[in-house]
Amino acid sequence: MATQHSRSAARIMMAPAVVLLLGWMLIPLTMTLYFSFKKFLPLRGGDLGWVGFDNYVRFVSSSAFWPSVQTTLIIVGGVLLITVMLGVLLAILLDQPLWGQGIVRILVIAPFFVMPTVSALVWKNMFMDPVNGLFAHLWKFFGAQPVEWLSDAPLFSIILIVSWQWLPFATLILLTAIQSLDSEQLEASEMDGAPPLARFGFIILPHLSRAITIVVLIQTIFLLAVFAEIFVTTQGSFGTRTLTYLIFQRVLESQNVGLGSAGGVYAIILANIVAIFLMRIVGKNLDS
Amino acid sequence: MARAVTNRRKALNTLVAWSVGLLIFFPILWTILTSFKTEAQAINDPPLFLFFDWTLENYAVVQERSDYMRFLWNSVIIAGGSTVIGIIIAVPAAWSMAFVPSKRTKDILLWMLSTKMLPAVGVLYPIYLLFIELGLLDTRIGLTIVLMLINLPIIVWMLYTYFKEIPGEILEAARMDGAALKEEILYILTPMAVPGIASTLLLNIILAWNEAFWTLNLTAAKAAPLTAFIASYSSPEGLFYAKLSAASTMAIAPILILGWFSQKQLVRGLTFGAVK
Amino acid sequence: MGQITLNQITKNFGDVQVIPPLDLRIDDGEFVVFVGPSGCGKSTLLRLIAGLEDVTSGDITIDGRNATEVPPAKRGLAMVFQSYALYPHMSVRKNIAFPLRMAGLDKEAQNAKVDAAAKVLNLTDYLDRRPGQLSGGQRQRVAIGRAIVREPAAFLFDEPLSNLDAALRVNMRLEISELHQTLKTTMIYVTHDQVEAMTMADKIVVLQAGLIEQVGSPLDLYHAPRNKFVAGFIGSPKMNFLTGQYASGYDATTIGIRPEHIAVSSSEGAWSGRVGVSEHLGSDTFLYVDIDGVDEPITVRSTGEIGVRHGDNVYLTPDASKIHRFDKQDLRIP
Repeated sequence: MATQHSRSAARIMMAPAVVLLLGWMLIPLTMTLYFSFKKFLPLRGGDLGWVGFDNYVRFVSSSAFWPSVQTTLIIVGGVLLITVMLGVLLAILLDQPLWGQGIVRILVIAPFFVMPTVSALVWKNMFMDPVNGLFAHLWKFFGAQPVEWLSDAPLFSIILIVSWQWLPFATLILLTAIQSLDSEQLEASEMDGAPPLARFGFIILPHLSRAITIVVLIQTIFLLAVFAEIFVTTQGSFGTRTLTYLIFQRVLESQNVGLGSAGGVYAIILANIVAIFLMRIVGKNLDS
Repeated sequence: MARAVTNRRKALNTLVAWSVGLLIFFPILWTILTSFKTEAQAINDPPLFLFFDWTLENYAVVQERSDYMRFLWNSVIIAGGSTVIGIIIAVPAAWSMAFVPSKRTKDILLWMLSTKMLPAVGVLYPIYLLFIELGLLDTRIGLTIVLMLINLPIIVWMLYTYFKEIPGEILEAARMDGAALKEEILYILTPMAVPGIASTLLLNIILAWNEAFWTLNLTAAKAAPLTAFIASYSSPEGLFYAKLSAASTMAIAPILILGWFSQKQLVRGLTFGAVK
Repeated sequence: MGQITLNQITKNFGDVQVIPPLDLRIDDGEFVVFVGPSGCGKSTLLRLIAGLEDVTSGDITIDGRNATEVPPAKRGLAMVFQSYALYPHMSVRKNIAFPLRMAGLDKEAQNAKVDAAAKVLNLTDYLDRRPGQLSGGQRQRVAIGRAIVREPAAFLFDEPLSNLDAALRVNMRLEISELHQTLKTTMIYVTHDQVEAMTMADKIVVLQAGLIEQVGSPLDLYHAPRNKFVAGFIGSPKMNFLTGQYASGYDATTIGIRPEHIAVSSSEGAWSGRVGVSEHLGSDTFLYVDIDGVDEPITVRSTGEIGVRHGDNVYLTPDASKIHRFDKQDLRIP
């Protein structure tokens, strides 16, 4: 394959994709870094000069920072916990022999295809609305006081909405992984006298560990960036302001670009820490 | 070997699985049902499931009041355009990496992946500023470019994993048979890669269609796709459940249908080939 | 015409030299087999001749013309790949016609040649099928058909039979040999199976670690292997090797004796031993005999049926004229 001729042709064909992505990465990244060292208020005087690490310090020491980190961690952690646990159970369930397997699978996967703004609004209005939502009807039916979901249990509500969107992803990947398990392994362990729970613990779960790791890493990257769900439900109020949302508010709502950019650099660093682990796994997979 | 199980066991599985499946699907089902109710029926207490006066009125109203078709068209152009351009750029790149691998191929692939992981909010202002400077804010072309760039790594990766599955010997055979590079790609590679390219196309249309960060932040009235249009319902005016449902149903229907075709590819595309 | 000369060619992959400087001459019409254990460089050598890999240094001449820099398609060679490499989206007819189409032949000429090749290869009834609908043997014949229609100066086969089951492999071996008789075109054939090499070749090239160990006719290699490696590689079952006291009597470091050159007796002989496993095939009997001071059991092949079983004491006598002697460097002492 690898003759000199084909190698130079390959380099030329790779160029457009590489150059575009390089530009897409470097240009905005450089600008973010540049702004992060400036006091820059487009609506209130514009570029007010270099301020060193001032923005970085101010972003971290602002009263909104730590709550936003906490909110981010709760949302990401909550969604991961729910989607991975239910995902494993669902994957095992869907792997069992049953009638209409294909249709059930489609039903389970469907939420993944719903655009975030739609799912957030549908949940907010038609389920969680304290007067007309289905939950309110359900609560009243059992004689309970309807809950003001988005103001009384805002984090739980957002975790519920986001988990509903991501459960299909976890299920689908874990199901694919389960199906790649050699059934003879399970039969062998059955012959060796392992009861179902032991088979799950000693055979299925270890087999799934890689897929679970991948689900956790990929979801973490996407969940750190959750935006639309908060944008159309609470707008960041009631303690639902994540790091992403805080940066968004600093940059576009209060137009404090310097401060927001410093926050952006923090977000990039955070995402990269997760990304490194993911890339290791993916990279190893490339070699095999 | 599929294990033979008793019918009782299978019936139980079926019952549980269908219940869970319907529970998960219920919000979508409820949205679709509500879209055919009148606004009054939509908030009826107790809720109405199937026995109401089915009406298409909401669909007409949504179109009439807010020119729904324009947003739909924006979504089609942006999602379709970004995917097609992305594939045109990605095919040669993926081809090179799959069939003429060098020492750096792996690094390039991983680097491309890393650009996908850049948090959008970190570069929000620069992109916003560049869009203003270049006159791209609230234009379809601007959004098409951005969505193409954020999905390009996934497109390259998916195509790469598909191309990798085409045995190199077949391309060598073509070369021995006298096919030049152009003919090799035209007559051998492309026909063999069509299923892979189609899956890539499908998954990326879905991803672009549902993208809800840049579409919300870089558009106003003119170029807004459905994600942004639906977001405008977040500030309610009067009774709007039925209309929200109609708009939502129209926004998700095409993707639900495409999505059902692409279940398998979804796994491969979203895990960068790490789970097959 | 199909005369190929390799002159001092080498091949490096990165820092690793897989082919040290190598010379080889292949004459027109010869059936040459490259044989050796996996990883010996035989496939690489074939791919260098095909032009699918660049040589690092040295020259390749085809019919007197320097072909070192010539792209694969222009070398006038046709190749049959291990995986057959059929184009899955094309019918058998289109597969076979592909090289002709690339050469710019008109439709009628293409069809005439495809039909002729299909007739030779018994593929006429399958021309409209896709490769996926064919059996392994049929796919193999399509791959050969695609090579034939080009009327190449030489055919290159890269382990073409390794994906077939045992019975089919014997059939295809005969078909390829017959094809060579009919076409009288140069064929270069790569295999790790010494039986294929022995049965098909006019000339065998034994390779190990990129080096040519010996070049010769099958019987040359059988009767006069140049060294211990070739002696052990050619012939089935493998030659027995003995060292120490057994070899010193013959004035050698190691002696080798083929299983078919050892006589068995229950009463007397040169070496005494105890039978381990015995395999009774009817036509032949294979005995694995443990003798004192030798780690590996000695393999013995006797024709017909002999009444020896596990645990019996037997005496073995090698045919002195068939003993191969090797020196310290493992070279055969003539």
